Amino acid sequence: MTLHPETDYGTPAREGAEVTLSIDGVAVTVPEGTSVMRAAAMVEREVPKLCATDSVESWGSCRMCLVEIEGVRGTPSSCTTPVRAGMKVTTNSPRIEKLRRGIMELYISDHPLDCLTCAANGDCELQDTAGAVGLREVRYGMAGENHFDAEHKVAVDVSNPYFQYDPSKCIVCSRCVRACEEVQGTFALTIEGRGFESRVSPGAGGDDFFSSDCVSCGACVQACPTATLVEKSVVEHGTPTRSVLTTCAYCGVGCSFKAELQGDTVVRMTPWKDGGANEGHSCVKGRFAWGYATHKDRMLKPMVRERITDPWREVSWDEAISFAAGRFKAIQAKYGTDSIGGITSSRCTNEEVYVVQKMIRAAFGNNNVDTCARVCHSPTGYGLKQTFGTSAGTQNFKSVEKADVILLIGANPTDAHPVFASRMKKRLREGAEIIVADPRRIDLVRSPHIQAAHHLQLRPGTNVALMNALAHVVVTEGLVNEDFVAERCDTAEFDRWRAFIAEERNAPEALSATIGVPAETLRRAARLYATGGNAAIYYGLGVTEHSQGSTMVMAMANLAMATGNIGRDGVGINPLRGQNNVQGSCDMGSFPHEFPGYRHVSEVETRKLFEGDWGVPLLDEPGLRITNMLAAAVDQTFKGIFIQGEDIAQSDPNTQHVEAGLEAMECVVVQDLFLNETAAFAHVFLPGTSFLEKDGTFTNAERRINRVRPVVEEKVEVSEWEAVCRLANAMGYPMHYDGPAQIMAEIARLTPAFAGVSHDRLDAEGSLQWPVNAAYPQGAPIMHVDGFVRGKGRFMLTEYVPTEERTSRYYPLILTTGRILSQYNVGAQTRRTENSRWHDKDILEIHPFDAEERGIGDGDKVTIASRVGATTLVATVSERMPQGVVYTTFHHPLTGANVITTENSDWATNCPEYKVTAVQITRSNQPSDWQERHHRMEVENYRLATAAAPAAE
Amino acid sequence: MTVTVYVPADSAAQSVGAEETAAAILKEAAARGLDLKLVRNGSRGLFWLEPLVEVMTTAGRVAYGPVMATDVPGLMDALAVAGDHPLCHGPTEDIPYLKNQERLTFARIGVIDPLALDDYEAHGGLSGLRKALIMDPETVCEEVTESGLRGRGGAGFPAGIKWKTVQGLSAPQKYVCCNADEGDSGTFADRMVMEGDPFMLIEGMIIAGLASGATEGYVYIRSEYPRAVAQMEAAAAVMEKAGWLGGSVGGSGRAFRLHVRKGAGAYICGEESSMLESLEGKRGTVRAKPPIPAIAGLFGKPTVINNVLTLASVPIILAKGASFYRDFGMGRSRGTQPFQIAGNVKRGGLVEKAFGVTLRELIEDFGGGTASGRPFRTAQLGGPLGAYVSEDMLDLPADYEALADAQAMLGHGGIVVFDETADMAEMARFAFEFCEIESCGKCTPCRIGAIRGRETVEKVLRGENVAQNIALVEDLCELMRDGSLCAMGGLTPMPVLSAIRLFPEDFDRAPRLAAE
Repeated sequence: MTLHPETDYGTPAREGAEVTLSIDGVAVTVPEGTSVMRAAAMVEREVPKLCATDSVESWGSCRMCLVEIEGVRGTPSSCTTPVRAGMKVTTNSPRIEKLRRGIMELYISDHPLDCLTCAANGDCELQDTAGAVGLREVRYGMAGENHFDAEHKVAVDVSNPYFQYDPSKCIVCSRCVRACEEVQGTFALTIEGRGFESRVSPGAGGDDFFSSDCVSCGACVQACPTATLVEKSVVEHGTPTRSVLTTCAYCGVGCSFKAELQGDTVVRMTPWKDGGANEGHSCVKGRFAWGYATHKDRMLKPMVRERITDPWREVSWDEAISFAAGRFKAIQAKYGTDSIGGITSSRCTNEEVYVVQKMIRAAFGNNNVDTCARVCHSPTGYGLKQTFGTSAGTQNFKSVEKADVILLIGANPTDAHPVFASRMKKRLREGAEIIVADPRRIDLVRSPHIQAAHHLQLRPGTNVALMNALAHVVVTEGLVNEDFVAERCDTAEFDRWRAFIAEERNAPEALSATIGVPAETLRRAARLYATGGNAAIYYGLGVTEHSQGSTMVMAMANLAMATGNIGRDGVGINPLRGQNNVQGSCDMGSFPHEFPGYRHVSEVETRKLFEGDWGVPLLDEPGLRITNMLAAAVDQTFKGIFIQGEDIAQSDPNTQHVEAGLEAMECVVVQDLFLNETAAFAHVFLPGTSFLEKDGTFTNAERRINRVRPVVEEKVEVSEWEAVCRLANAMGYPMHYDGPAQIMAEIARLTPAFAGVSHDRLDAEGSLQWPVNAAYPQGAPIMHVDGFVRGKGRFMLTEYVPTEERTSRYYPLILTTGRILSQYNVGAQTRRTENSRWHDKDILEIHPFDAEERGIGDGDKVTIASRVGATTLVATVSERMPQGVVYTTFHHPLTGANVITTENSDWATNCPEYKVTAVQITRSNQPSDWQERHHRMEVENYRLATAAAPAAE
Repeated sequence: MTVTVYVPADSAAQSVGAEETAAAILKEAAARGLDLKLVRNGSRGLFWLEPLVEVMTTAGRVAYGPVMATDVPGLMDALAVAGDHPLCHGPTEDIPYLKNQERLTFARIGVIDPLALDDYEAHGGLSGLRKALIMDPETVCEEVTESGLRGRGGAGFPAGIKWKTVQGLSAPQKYVCCNADEGDSGTFADRMVMEGDPFMLIEGMIIAGLASGATEGYVYIRSEYPRAVAQMEAAAAVMEKAGWLGGSVGGSGRAFRLHVRKGAGAYICGEESSMLESLEGKRGTVRAKPPIPAIAGLFGKPTVINNVLTLASVPIILAKGASFYRDFGMGRSRGTQPFQIAGNVKRGGLVEKAFGVTLRELIEDFGGGTASGRPFRTAQLGGPLGAYVSEDMLDLPADYEALADAQAMLGHGGIVVFDETADMAEMARFAFEFCEIESCGKCTPCRIGAIRGRETVEKVLRGENVAQNIALVEDLCELMRDGSLCAMGGLTPMPVLSAIRLFPEDFDRAPRLAAE
């Protein structure tokens, strides 16, 4: 079957002691607490149902699933009846048949009989169930009170760009309402009205779906058994005829999806229940925002130009490759081997990343490879390697279900990692506590059924001070897990750390003024973390993108080790990765100092291994990082760069410096879906493929290696990995693969943590969490279970050093940046979808006092200026912000949020200090100088030769 | 010498002018320079006599009624000379309607000042609680089980067993919820308790709390009972001040706190799981069971839910012992039931009798037959979801099992009387309409079934395919009875089917239609 049918067991799985019962004479053994309905489905005695679906708890409203149970009076609903040992269930009898048919008769008496023209025709549980119960007539007639005829029908709500709501088809099963509550945790939907008037409603008053609290995650649409809530794409195209399992290409959650198609047209993307990361849930981006893959802006042909001021010229692949290779070789001949380099992409597959770094190391002959992880999670890699011995988060996502206390630092999962946020919120609703450390009042501080135990509204840049203060309380109040430390950690290092952290200067009272949080609050938060049961730290770029990003990661690791919160379910240190394959791109050797598998280029044995396999000598010294490459370009010593799937001109800090570096180069090769901001400075453009065309693997934030499968035919002639191979060949280094599976085979051969990984195995098993090797044949959902990867856990001293970026009378405010739900990073994809209807421009959030002082009102245009640049955008006055701190996103190129951010960076990894920039805000009514220049360049540097361009100036 | 006069402040008395009567009495007394003490008691439950004014005499309390404000000067004149008065009914306790009752739960109602704790105690109040405080929780549960007390809300589940279930669970928090969402037509006993003897209900709840281990109690009162809400709040404040509610009940070190909550006008919130949803601040819809509330009730915690009358029966059981209480009644229906007689009846009111009293005694002896004087046709027992009974069923004893055997039910003890003008097909239609209006909308048989039932009975009323449509109604009733999530949809067939079964002639519309 090509549609990947999924069994719906009706109610969620349970864990517990096993119970054996009999269903229609068939014995079945299930965990206690399992519903009779689920037990029946497990032995293929599926009971008809409409209000039950296994993503939400049973509800018992449709009454279709009534059964008979020996010794039990009446006809209990099988969805709400838990199994009992020895129970004898009969799923069908004349009495039950009559009841079910009677119920269906009632349903149909209030349902439009337009099945043949209905969007759910053939994919409708009401239709299927009517067939299953043998409904043959509606004795009530169709003329009674109803919701479907001309007199009663309410208009279809088409306000959401991706799905519609037709109340006339609603059977009031509440699956959507419950999915919104239980799966997504947004509580946007309710049932309005009583009795026969009951209908689904998106919130109070005159709200429609678009104006409501709905976050468009699609859980309601997924849960709807009829065409009441249905994707507009299905209304337009019809039901899909085939499907392909693949992985979302947005954030680091890495949701599994079923791409459903007709021919080569994607009809919809539905979350895959067996996907380990998402277990059937999705967000507005992965579920709906995939239309960019066929957007008219997509470039499908290679292009070249002599100078960046020339119009682009479409050329053959051979010409483009030889143009690029020729230039790179000429540059190396003139400026030396080290004068070129490349950047890998966390948006691309492991296989694609692997060949790029291999090309640079083997064909370019240097280690000048870096990746966008540089600007996000490089401190995570460094910090966790130093303390635990490996550069990765310690848990799987499921672990959060066992957490009792969650310490969330510098992350906003409900916007940036929505599907994981839903899992976290579910646990919080079950009673776990959350401590939020964030300057902004993010949704997890307070939202429906969520209330943080503590909101530590710290001043940006004081993370390490905060963490030291918490650790001080743990150490000085006797909250250290001495047994864990003695058994699992390097005790000499621990003693040194204990003495350091116990110093008075690390006490909450000493640091309170610096952090901006009362000392008593810090103490209470520390006690809760240390004594509240399983404590887990989740964090994002608010931790890493600081001058002390690496120190902060180590400080968190220290705290987790000191309290014994490592090495089991429900605890750990969990980076929430920004991009779909940021874990993978790091694993694949994207850093200038490391081969795949985080092995330093100076390690002789490792180098020998790769030299042997690749057949070339490899450099033993680290190459240049992105920032070094750009600085060297400005210094005229670095002249050529290959950039795959990253838009450094928009995403990297201090845009004007980035642009100066790019402009100074003689050969910039950009491979991307679109002519992005960086392409304005490129000489060669190679068209890339979207995730719907790729074949390979992505590795998500929980080290889960997921398959990315070609869903539609590739829209470009040459795949990325193949283009890279061709470029390497043209540079004089032979690289050849039959396909991505063969690349993975090479990765497995050369990387111990991937030794057991292959496409065949992934296809058979779904996904694997590395390490997958002899020691962990089935992978490792939780790391450091019996001991740390590095042997003994290592406590590192974490002296708080304030950032050099300080406010002054000229720049009195601090700017911090982040994401919003509907847009993704530089917005190259989401801006080309209907998601822009939620967020069509970047907005500056400012506290009412700061706004008042500057005469700024809601919706006013303002100029934001830092020591390095200025830009203009629209302000919104918001009490989510603390006084003195302003916030914006960087999804739109025209905003140029990174024109303002500085080149300050993490001391260890150069991860930019995006989160702290001293700024001034003033009212304004005109674009900044940079924006004017940007606008000119948009006209100049994106010209295509085919367009009616004016003659060369 | 001070003259003590009692004028009920009960809503039923007020609705027929008790406030005006009370004001007139005070005014007249002032004008006459009379030393008069006015006590605002609860109602004795003799509604046809309300406003029932009682005057304390050396021979006890003497009843006058109904006393309207305009009657007051004349009454005062008569009192002044200790003369006779046409509205005088002699000593209150000797009025047969009252005298022939067995008032255990209602013993103090109409007698005492409802908010005077000393008055309450002087009439036996708090002695049950005092006993419970020196008993261990298991023994209290056993005592209640032993008494045979069954849930008075209608379901008749043994109260002690429910308590014991909650008592046996270990949980960080347990609750006692009192269901005071008295919404059945023709019922008023809960209201009379809350207005007339609120301490008794609170005492019962405290005992339930001590027995089950619950430290928080909620009384969920329908919004149509503003006076009951006010009385309960005032009484709770008094009890708290006296130390009977709060962190240490009667100095025992055991806590019980009480919260009074007001409903929002939905009949369905009298269904216990909907009530819990409403108490939690949610939309009032029914929960599927299991789990039963005793295991996962309010906020998911073990919860004792009992009706007002159940909890109000507890103090006397504890005070006088289980066997005292269980000596009343018959079969498995032990103790007394406060019956509420209403509708087309001469003497409507509250009659507390031991189980086993016949319907005829209640309707004819106490009620005096129809108010219209026309022949009796039917009575609906147990509220709008209860069955209609025919004249030849009136010798049935009021007993849970006996009535169930006759396809009827006692419910909350309401009896609504109809004379011969009742159109039973119309009543069947109304039963569906009531369900249609009051359905929470969650389960399909009730949500859609009610409306289809009404429409189909309307077809019968119009004479359309009568036999087929009656058969369809019967099918639907079977579906609603067996398939509904709660008693709302599950019991709607009771009035419908009893009307069809007992009064088939009313469903043959041909003669009426021909006459029109």
